[in-house]
Amino acid sequence: MSLDTESVMRIAKLARIGLTPQECAEVGSELDHILGWVEQLKNVDVTNVPPMTGAGVATLRTRQDKVALENDGEDVLGNAPLRRGPFYAVPKVVE
Amino acid sequence: MSRMTLTATRDALRAKKISALEVTDHFLAAAERLNPEINAYITLDPEGARAQAKASDARLAKGEALPLDGLPLAVKDLFCTKGVRTTAASAILKDFVPPYESTVTKNLLQDGAVFLGKANLDEFAMGSTNMTSHFGPVTNPWKRASSEQRLVPGGSSGGSAAAVAAGMALGATGTDTGGSIRQPAAFCGITGVKPSYGRCSRFGTIAFASSLDQAGPMAANLADCALLLQSMAGFDAHDSTSAQRDVPVYADALNRGVKGLRVGIPKEYRPDTLPAEIQALWDQGIAWLRDAGAHIVDVSLPHTQHGLPVYYIVALAEASSNLARYDGVRFGTRVAADTLDGLYEASRRAGFGEEVRRRILMGTHVLSSGYYDAYYLHAQKVRTLIQRDFDAVFANVDVLLTPTAPSAAFAQDEKPRDPVQVYLNDIFTVPASLAGLPALSLPTGLNKEGLPLGLQLIGRAFEEETMFAAGRVLEDAASFTHRPAHFAEGLS
Repeated sequence: MSLDTESVMRIAKLARIGLTPQECAEVGSELDHILGWVEQLKNVDVTNVPPMTGAGVATLRTRQDKVALENDGEDVLGNAPLRRGPFYAVPKVVE
Repeated sequence: MSRMTLTATRDALRAKKISALEVTDHFLAAAERLNPEINAYITLDPEGARAQAKASDARLAKGEALPLDGLPLAVKDLFCTKGVRTTAASAILKDFVPPYESTVTKNLLQDGAVFLGKANLDEFAMGSTNMTSHFGPVTNPWKRASSEQRLVPGGSSGGSAAAVAAGMALGATGTDTGGSIRQPAAFCGITGVKPSYGRCSRFGTIAFASSLDQAGPMAANLADCALLLQSMAGFDAHDSTSAQRDVPVYADALNRGVKGLRVGIPKEYRPDTLPAEIQALWDQGIAWLRDAGAHIVDVSLPHTQHGLPVYYIVALAEASSNLARYDGVRFGTRVAADTLDGLYEASRRAGFGEEVRRRILMGTHVLSSGYYDAYYLHAQKVRTLIQRDFDAVFANVDVLLTPTAPSAAFAQDEKPRDPVQVYLNDIFTVPASLAGLPALSLPTGLNKEGLPLGLQLIGRAFEEETMFAAGRVLEDAASFTHRPAHFAEGLS
């Protein structure tokens, strides 16, 4: 398959990465090349083969239903690009 | 004198031949001297390291030494360290100071380790050259005999590997998603261990590809790696993929020998294009193990040829999902814009480097509507076939022996421009990662240009001890004592 500039712009929009049309064209040709390389997998017969979603060690665990304050709010907010008092501040998005 | 090791330094500290503060000051001085050339550290933390060393000295004085008391380590800058900047080598996290400690580094600190600083890496661990760091490339401490060209240290744990190789730390933490501990260990002439998936907690380790990422130790030799892994490993309720298994005493396995051990040699790892010097090293490794009493068995992993494309679909899909959290709102770089989407797009554009952007776009594409089944789901099914290959082989052998990388370290300006060519560096390491198996790399020889080459051992899941035992036999036979061009002499 081939990725045209419009398709790359759509992917960039989905990924929330701003790219110029020129960059989309360049990235498109690189992605095309990588996708061409991975196309070889389509020749592998996977009939009745289940997907592997991990190494099989994950187990469903629940923790005790009690308050655990592991992070100090001030420390967490200290990494905020902009804050107002105890809140994250972001640009106004609702007119 | 030649370099000290973790185990030898531990013994010297306990015998009070040297103090933890002296050890720390020595390695801080080495790091400060060599870092302008090597760039192995993004952040040095002399104050924190000296405070930890003084606490170690107090315990040592009372005869209450912890397992790692006073031992100076470099921490890959992918592990969150409370109060110490953690960047993942990315502009988007260049000022991030975690309010919490990763479980792996917490375990090491609880055992008395001293953290010298945060080691450079490929941005978000995406790369096998350490050329994608926002903080500049790491230079391999080794040089070719015939040239002054700067070589890559491998990646993504290139800073960790270079720091240990150059004598700027006695050990380091690394993470391995598709070979990011083993390949740089091979390029820098040190030892690196990727334990079984689930052996070390991923809590607090900045995620790249969650079903593959695994922390592991990097050090001068296997005994040092066994010492570090002992502290790093263990069940952690904070990580749902952490294995609820007892951690064996790895050091006890080192002298088991290989008599009667069955060592598999996968035929698919010997393509016609494999350089003669890599083939010769592999053959030498086979001979060493055979001479020590192992049975050599030819085996086949028929789906291994598909490992790399499967890896790149799975890893990039998971990366695109994991990196969605970097949106400039709660932490990290923010670029102002008129709309929320605009803020996301501008922040992520400014914060992510070229390789990370490429991988996020690729991952987003293979997960997007209409392509999910064709790419991601299909790749996960081929991944099952790769795992089944290993299951079948490990019914008949105890450990596999292969080369670690298809070449020695190459020059920074020789880095291929074609992403697919760069990805091929991981051809021998990726299959074990996909199957969640433990694997290690150790230095076993030099190429004709005087650069280190590594051999890889792959074990059954949660049987790291067998790898350590076989590795020790190779280590003894190889007697790798070569040192790189940039090397800070050990303590005398």
